[in-house]
Amino acid sequence: MQVDDVDRRILRQMLAAPDAARAELAERAGVTAASLWRRIERLREGGVIRGEEAVIDWRALGWAVEVSLRFTLEKAHPRAFDEFLEAARAVPEVIEIQTFLGLTDVRLNVIARDMAHYQEIYRARILTLPHIAEMDALMLISTLKDSEALPL
Amino acid sequence: MIALDDTDRAILHALAADATLGAGALGRRFGLSQPAAWRRVKRLEEAGVLAGRRLVLDAQALGFGVTVFLGIKLAIKGRISFEDFERAVQAIPEVQVVQHVLGRFDYRLKVVARDIADFERVLRRRIMTLPGVGQIEANVMLSEERRPGPLG
Repeated sequence: MQVDDVDRRILRQMLAAPDAARAELAERAGVTAASLWRRIERLREGGVIRGEEAVIDWRALGWAVEVSLRFTLEKAHPRAFDEFLEAARAVPEVIEIQTFLGLTDVRLNVIARDMAHYQEIYRARILTLPHIAEMDALMLISTLKDSEALPL
Repeated sequence: MIALDDTDRAILHALAADATLGAGALGRRFGLSQPAAWRRVKRLEEAGVLAGRRLVLDAQALGFGVTVFLGIKLAIKGRISFEDFERAVQAIPEVQVVQHVLGRFDYRLKVVARDIADFERVLRRRIMTLPGVGQIEANVMLSEERRPGPLG
């Protein structure tokens, strides 16, 4: 799908202010409201805009602990990735799954109410995942920047 | 802390998939009047549980074919070096996510680039020149999925 400069301008404004009303976005991007609607619709249909999601602040819901778990899998097993991912998807406390090319094969973002709860999830649900060769954990202290912004 | 009932959880679930759903649509889906749905959304926003919107773009379609996660260890530790590093790293447009973590690395970064050559440019000119940078580990992302999380 072709994306032109006006599309890019609209996406930049949407990234900068995801909560802004459409009328305001149109003004900032320098297009009419009708043209903005049409272009956003087109970008959605073309799959450039995959969606708009509400961001849930898990800390505000009492999930105070967030850990990034990085796994190396036993790759000799042909279905290691599939079986690992399938099992990881069944753990409700897993909020993000990424696969990689590099030292790490898979990363899971796991949340818990507190450290005791994390320990429980870790032993009962994480260590029991199939085909783990190695793993390490990074405990989140703070998120300083989190945006979907692209340098368009 | 805010207490959620099943309807609140269902609303969070729906908005996490599509933040553009209005009170009317949410009400129809969950058997609430429009004002009742609106009040629930308002309450979730005021409690900080709904923390804004995220525009999800197909980075590939916009010419950003490569996403890399970096683990960075600072060479020199101290208040000043953390502050300098954090200020400088957040200003890099290709860096989408910066997290301060505890573990084998001090920081986790998510970096987007047009291709591997472009990533090399960002790594050499922008990341490796950051104040205090020590060891760096890079993993090229192959796939990413967000999960609904423990909403019951």
